[in-house]
Amino acid sequence: MIGLERKSSERYLPDQGREACGLFGVMNTSGKRFPGNIAISAIKNIKVRGNGLGGGFAVYGIYPDYKDYYALHIMFENKKRDVKTTVEKYLTENFNVAYDEQIPTNPQVSLFHPPLVWRYFVTPEKKGDERNFSDDEFVVDKVMHINTSIDDAYVFSSGKNMGVFKGVGFPDEIADYFLLDKLYEGYIWTVHSRFPTNTPGWWGGAHPFSILDWTVVHNGEISSYGTNRRFLEMYGYYCTLFTDTEVMAYAVDFLMRRQGLPIEVVSKIFAPPMWDAIDQMREKEKHLNTTLRMVYGPLLLNGPFTVIVARHNEMFGITDRIRLRPITAGAKDDLVYLSSEEAAIRSVAPDLDFAWTPHGGNPVVVRMNSTDHLLSMDNSI
Amino acid sequence: MAGLALKAGLRDIFLEGSRHVSELGGYATISGSEAWIDALNLRHKELNDLLREVASQGARDITVRNVFGQRYIGTRLTTVPGSDVNLKIYGTAGNDLGAFLNGQRLTVYGNAQDGVGNTMNDGEIVVHGKAGDVAAMSMRGGKIFIRNNVGYRTAIHMKQYNDKVPVLVIGGTAQDFFGEYMAGGIVILLGLALSRDKNHNASYIGTGMHGGVIFVRGNIEKSQLGKDVGIYETDDRDLEIIRQYSGEFAQRFDLNTEDILQGHFRKILPLSKRPYGSIYAY
Repeated sequence: MIGLERKSSERYLPDQGREACGLFGVMNTSGKRFPGNIAISAIKNIKVRGNGLGGGFAVYGIYPDYKDYYALHIMFENKKRDVKTTVEKYLTENFNVAYDEQIPTNPQVSLFHPPLVWRYFVTPEKKGDERNFSDDEFVVDKVMHINTSIDDAYVFSSGKNMGVFKGVGFPDEIADYFLLDKLYEGYIWTVHSRFPTNTPGWWGGAHPFSILDWTVVHNGEISSYGTNRRFLEMYGYYCTLFTDTEVMAYAVDFLMRRQGLPIEVVSKIFAPPMWDAIDQMREKEKHLNTTLRMVYGPLLLNGPFTVIVARHNEMFGITDRIRLRPITAGAKDDLVYLSSEEAAIRSVAPDLDFAWTPHGGNPVVVRMNSTDHLLSMDNSI
Repeated sequence: MAGLALKAGLRDIFLEGSRHVSELGGYATISGSEAWIDALNLRHKELNDLLREVASQGARDITVRNVFGQRYIGTRLTTVPGSDVNLKIYGTAGNDLGAFLNGQRLTVYGNAQDGVGNTMNDGEIVVHGKAGDVAAMSMRGGKIFIRNNVGYRTAIHMKQYNDKVPVLVIGGTAQDFFGEYMAGGIVILLGLALSRDKNHNASYIGTGMHGGVIFVRGNIEKSQLGKDVGIYETDDRDLEIIRQYSGEFAQRFDLNTEDILQGHFRKILPLSKRPYGSIYAY
């Protein structure tokens, strides 16, 4: 279904996407859920990395009562009632909506131009040929439809038992606004403090970016945005949010969910070794890396970046291959941390077992019930 | 929409909400030439204002505890007359530690982040831990001793002029682009924790380098070098320099100089002092 229907995407190209953002992520590798205070305190520690024009959180494990339903967080930018009616009509045509409500907000927190944000817990109602497609494909298609064809409505997140909360403000203000520290517990929290310089500071443009249960927070500038976006359009992903990072969310969904590649391979697509490094590899490794560059060349991410990507049971951090943006990892018992700055991790976990900075392009992969993250200590500092 | 958001939402995160130094008395204790500061909950500007204040009041040995990433620590001490200030920092020093430092001594008991000694002119920075990326960036004088490892682009654009010769000694190993665009100064990479069968981490060493010298103890392959540098055996004069600064390093961290000197040192030099001469022809 995806890719069959021709859609026009917004041809907005940012002049530049230079950013100097703050990132933080924390995961409990035994799956135990915890409140938001760790992520909120940590991102406050690196407040100077943002400028109040964007903050957001992705939290996993927050809707245990509705864990089998896709949780759609939908923003209505101008609070127009008819837009909401249009979206809801579209949802009821395509989904069984089990429950919906406005996402609770704190009226005492005043933010810039807040939209209406609503959540819907849904299961697909596939008709005809749609039955040939998986639920995930079906949901991606419907999300793309809302984002591209219904003005003023944007889907913030569409995974099960997770959600994205974001907006214009410092992340701690966004947390207060959505009452994150009071209402939710999750086993992964990622958070972003934005410093947009050349792309709009608007609610939809705040990080994390998300599709299904994938979320991405990003510091840097994806100068290959145009190439990446055009490649993804061939597979039914349409960029509508005016920010380079959006391609990352669709790229991980495409490579990891649809193509089934593990992050260890995907990292070599996003941040491939230099050709002169490939030349020195053993034959098998050389063959793999050359093949990846040929097949997935348009998904190479050029420019400086550090990202933290999450989905259920997995969180990983990776930088560009010459590490033009910082990252530090830390571990203490079952908690694994990733951040732009070591100080942010230390501010919430002063007595870490390990703190390390991996080599550029080498991912720190945090998996449920595993110590895979420690593998990235090789060649780290 | 974007313009509107910028107008309505943009904040000055460095200054907004910073308290005046007169409100920060509770964070500092002064006794004669000694002072203690608790940096927990102090912002960058507040901590640096307070450091300048206690130094202006005569404190010369200043201990700062609970440092969690505050930036530019020590930078504003350069506005206090006299350079005989000793600063002890406990915690994780933030970016640009000792930037523009001009004679003061900073010792960090913990790790430092990016940009240690950025453009420092004189003085000394000692880190009992690791340093992040671009340590000693544009350094033009003074000494930096890092006990453990350093990140990317260490000593980028370090320079020297006449008697101003900056020195950087690193106990561990380094990541890529070590000595990038280096134009002067002395860098010594000791690799003390490297096992015998392992090479240093860094690739593209000395890319764009056109001055100064890097001494390396421990294994390094030719393929790890940038195309602008060569690797050579040391001579007696080199060994004298290595002995002197290894000794200073050992003394800072309570190590044995002779143990360090037992390793095999080689030196990395630029192949050309004017690699871009043909590009910027006039």
